[in-house]
Amino acid sequence: MEYVIWIPFLPLIAATITLIFGKWYIRKQAHWLPCIAVFGSFLLSFKALLDVIGGARANFDLYSWVIADTFHAAVGFQIDPLSVLMLAMVSFLSFLIHVYSIGYMEDDPGYYRFFAYISLFTFSMLMLVSANNFLQLFFGWEAVGLCSYLLIGFWYQKKSAADAAKKAFIVNRFGDFGFALGVFLVFLTFGSIYYEDVFARVHEIAHTTVNVLGVEVLLATLIAVLLFCGAMGKSAQFPLHVWLPDAMEGPTPVSALIHAATMVTAGVFMVCRCHEIFELSHVAMAIVAAAGMITCFMAATIAPTQFDIKRVIAYSTLSQLGYMFMACGVGAFAAGMFHLFTHAFFKALLFLGAGSVMHAMHHAPDPTDMRYMGGLRKYMPITFATFLIASLSISGIPGLAGFFSKDEILWLSFVSEYPWGKLVWFVGTVVAGLTAFYSFRVVFMTFFGEFRGKEVLHGHEPHESPSVMTIPLMILAVGAVVTGWLGVPHVLGGHNHFAKFLEPVLGHPHINLPYWLYGKKEWIELFLMAISVGVGVLGIAVAYVVYVKKPELQRLIPERYPALYRYLYNKWYWDEIYDATIVKPTFFTARSIVQGVVDSILIEGVVNGLPDLIRRGGESLRRLQNGVVQTYALIMATGAAVVLLLVYFF
Amino acid sequence: MEVALRMSDFPLLSLIIWLPVVGSLVLLALPRNDRLIRWFTLVVAVADFLVSLPLFFSFDKSFSGMQFVERHSWIKAWNISYFLGVDGISVLLVLLSTLITILCVLISWESVTEKVKEFHIALLLTSAAMIGVFCSLDLFLFYLFWEAMLIPMYLIIGIWGGPNRLYATIKFFLYTLVGSVLMLVGIIFLYLQAGTFNILEIMKLGLPYKFQFWLFWAFFAAFAVKVPMWPVHTWLPDAHTEAPTAGSVILAGILIKMGAYGFLRFSLAFFPVAAKSMMIPMLVLSTIAIIYGGIICLAQTDLKRLIAYSSVSHMGFITLGIFSLNGNAVEGAILQMINHGIVTGALFMCVGIVYDRTHTRAIKDYGGLATVMPVYAAFFMVFTLASVGLPGTNGFIGEFLVLLGTFTSKKWAAVLGTTGIIIGATYMLRLYQQVFFQEVNPKVAGLPDIKMREFIALVPMILLVLWIGFYPTPFLGFMHESVRSLLEHVHNASGDITPVSEIIKEGINVVIPS
Repeated sequence: MEYVIWIPFLPLIAATITLIFGKWYIRKQAHWLPCIAVFGSFLLSFKALLDVIGGARANFDLYSWVIADTFHAAVGFQIDPLSVLMLAMVSFLSFLIHVYSIGYMEDDPGYYRFFAYISLFTFSMLMLVSANNFLQLFFGWEAVGLCSYLLIGFWYQKKSAADAAKKAFIVNRFGDFGFALGVFLVFLTFGSIYYEDVFARVHEIAHTTVNVLGVEVLLATLIAVLLFCGAMGKSAQFPLHVWLPDAMEGPTPVSALIHAATMVTAGVFMVCRCHEIFELSHVAMAIVAAAGMITCFMAATIAPTQFDIKRVIAYSTLSQLGYMFMACGVGAFAAGMFHLFTHAFFKALLFLGAGSVMHAMHHAPDPTDMRYMGGLRKYMPITFATFLIASLSISGIPGLAGFFSKDEILWLSFVSEYPWGKLVWFVGTVVAGLTAFYSFRVVFMTFFGEFRGKEVLHGHEPHESPSVMTIPLMILAVGAVVTGWLGVPHVLGGHNHFAKFLEPVLGHPHINLPYWLYGKKEWIELFLMAISVGVGVLGIAVAYVVYVKKPELQRLIPERYPALYRYLYNKWYWDEIYDATIVKPTFFTARSIVQGVVDSILIEGVVNGLPDLIRRGGESLRRLQNGVVQTYALIMATGAAVVLLLVYFF
Repeated sequence: MEVALRMSDFPLLSLIIWLPVVGSLVLLALPRNDRLIRWFTLVVAVADFLVSLPLFFSFDKSFSGMQFVERHSWIKAWNISYFLGVDGISVLLVLLSTLITILCVLISWESVTEKVKEFHIALLLTSAAMIGVFCSLDLFLFYLFWEAMLIPMYLIIGIWGGPNRLYATIKFFLYTLVGSVLMLVGIIFLYLQAGTFNILEIMKLGLPYKFQFWLFWAFFAAFAVKVPMWPVHTWLPDAHTEAPTAGSVILAGILIKMGAYGFLRFSLAFFPVAAKSMMIPMLVLSTIAIIYGGIICLAQTDLKRLIAYSSVSHMGFITLGIFSLNGNAVEGAILQMINHGIVTGALFMCVGIVYDRTHTRAIKDYGGLATVMPVYAAFFMVFTLASVGLPGTNGFIGEFLVLLGTFTSKKWAAVLGTTGIIIGATYMLRLYQQVFFQEVNPKVAGLPDIKMREFIALVPMILLVLWIGFYPTPFLGFMHESVRSLLEHVHNASGDITPVSEIIKEGINVVIPS
């Protein structure tokens, strides 16, 4: 299966050529090469997917990357159900986003740069998921970080964009700090950083403990938690979630790429890839579940207060990523991957739909503000229909993709062997309601009611986007429905092909039911399903009442509980907290302590003071040599007297 | 430890060292035609680089000893010989030196307009002396080159430097000299013990621990100042800031590597027991350098000062790798020496390029350069990424190996060192944003993008960044055998370690007999 190397390298070649020759030679044709290359990647990925379904596997090194004294790592590929699934998903979505961007970025002066970057982004992500060792994973890991930096800061003339790009990179570096240490520890423990070697021997450390600052910790816990730090950065989990909402500063197709296909899914993928290590440690699993739950709930409370359409969707990404980690935290890795897979489709659709809306509103001073939208379904029916499908899917309406994947997570957490399973289920169900509410808040504010943006558009009418943008929307809409059918649970008469496909890599979760419930399993599953669907429908209904029927209700919470509203509207004040506890103190230390005191007063004081001291010492000694013979005689006599006295007494 | 020698039929190393010297003599005789002088120097530099290339291609990577060895008796009375050779630790540094010299000529093409002849003579002499340092296998010869290098460097900063250059040169000179004098005492002591200046003979000496202890610190003084390690780093920002671009490039690219090279060649090889027992203080100083040097970058308002301080941080990684005494880390450290030479050298070249256009180094005078000079911005971006150690660039390979190896020997040091990757990203991206992003600062509006000459000077650096980043094997391959045998020598060395307090007490007794 050596052809798989072309899956990442085609976009790399396209990106390199476009980047070098784009500015002067390719210019307006810059989309061709990247689009064709990514489509080629998709075809090859699809072939690889079929081959893997047919039973093929591959694990080979392309070339030795780093050979040091005892360390060895290669650029290598591991093709198994997990990686091939990601390859196919990433390349497919990336291709659609490439095509969509032809329309969306049409008049941008950085047209060639944009296509080079998103191609490079695709390359990085494909390298990440196809790696057969941790070093290449780390390569992809940092490379997607770089591409997100370049793309979030694409309109670098804007200070907010440049700030957001820098923030994304640095916050991710905090995660990478832990991740790098995790890789070091893996190497120290197993003497290799190849997945194959590590996972084959992972059971050997099941009971090994290490001493960390005086506390005995399971080695597996330490490795898993360090690696998870990286996942928290990439997948924007609390407490490293702050970069993702700001990443909105990039062009909208980039948001779709970051939020759906690449980047944020990397953390979930990595946890699944290393699930053997995580499963050895209850502590690590609990941390994964906790990070997931906190992020899931927090983001779902912030989303309904935002007016920026992209920001709402960004918080919904945070929340949905939380679901994936919740699944991982109860051992339901395949369910996490399933949600990752379905989410990729409906989230890409939501973002590209939002982009289409912004395209229609581009004459407004702030084309993302939903307060100036409304009634757009009349102007842009295709965008509306596809956006509605995505919203129904994310709200967990039966028959659509989101329903199947979310319910699988809720069901598996309810019956999980882990003690926090019921809590995960509870949080998940509550958030399912919130998700439906804020998703349809967007639908109703944007597409229903009267158009509120007449003034800001200065007479321009909103219009449907060109077909180069709407066709990808329609394809994605199909995906947002049918991808769920790959994992229809047994209780609904399906076979859950998705989980079965991944079982050789991810295993299957252990179900833990009280003995008196044996035999009633199906009924419980259906009952839970009914609850989550009910909660979802309730969320939509509330949104309908508040945003269509009785708009005066919108003022209820801001007026009754202004403190709570402000707290949520300001995103729980995390930016402010980090600013006060990390950013400001660091710069204070740098300027006032390190530079102001230590370097320029203490060290430089000694450096400049020592010669000074010598000079002054010399000057004062010089006075003794005053040329007056009497003084010399006096000193000599005094000296002689002292010596004589000393000799006499001792 | 017995170090094998492989004599050379052809005096290649001598040719590499003396070609620039001959070139500078010819320059003396040339008429004061600036164009002619520049071209001639460029030809000499390129010729020197070409002459050094056989080191890359015919070096035997499976041989751990000294290669291309030349040995002639020189001062018989004191058993001094003209003894040259390279091994896997020094060979890449020689190549780096010859390459950087070319780039220095190119980058000074328009920025140096006064005393052009003298400048190029100084440049060639610096280059020769630096190469001599890396090739010497005789301590006397080594010390000669080591000090000889100071003079042209002093002149380069002192004559062609910025407004505050006198303070900077005196500081640079005194700092270095104080360290070197202590080393000189150590060298004389070693000569009295061994009866020879032959480095390979001295390695076999196996001095008692109390001698090793004092000598280690005497040599440390010289090398720590050169590296520079915290807290003797404050000459570097001043020297860099005031130096002309070529001076900064040489300083960052090669001169400060001499300190790290000295640690490997002398501190570890001569005083292995002391090096092992002093591991903790050395790692502490290194981690302080990494973190302190990084944090202080956040407070800088001057482009060159920022990059100078970032060197302190990056050199911290190198000393961390050396003193963790782990094979992976030492290889990483040597590679990082090359990487830092390339990346920081290139960054100083980049700063020089805009300085030539604007004559300001204040960060606040820039902004929006990505709009004005897009090609330049792209180059600078690559070097920024290499500086923050992004995988795919050379910086990553070096830093990763250093930290990985350090993690194997002392975990806390690696954990502290790894914080450097966060701080590094913060100050470099902050710098990049302030200089290249956002609105175009009126002060830089309309600046021309880089010229062909500047482009030619930067392209080799980019290629090296990516080559070492994606395929470091040819470079790491040089080191395996030499590093392995050096570390074997260190780890096999045994000796009774006396507590520091007793050594100091004894030392006081020697100085002040009771």
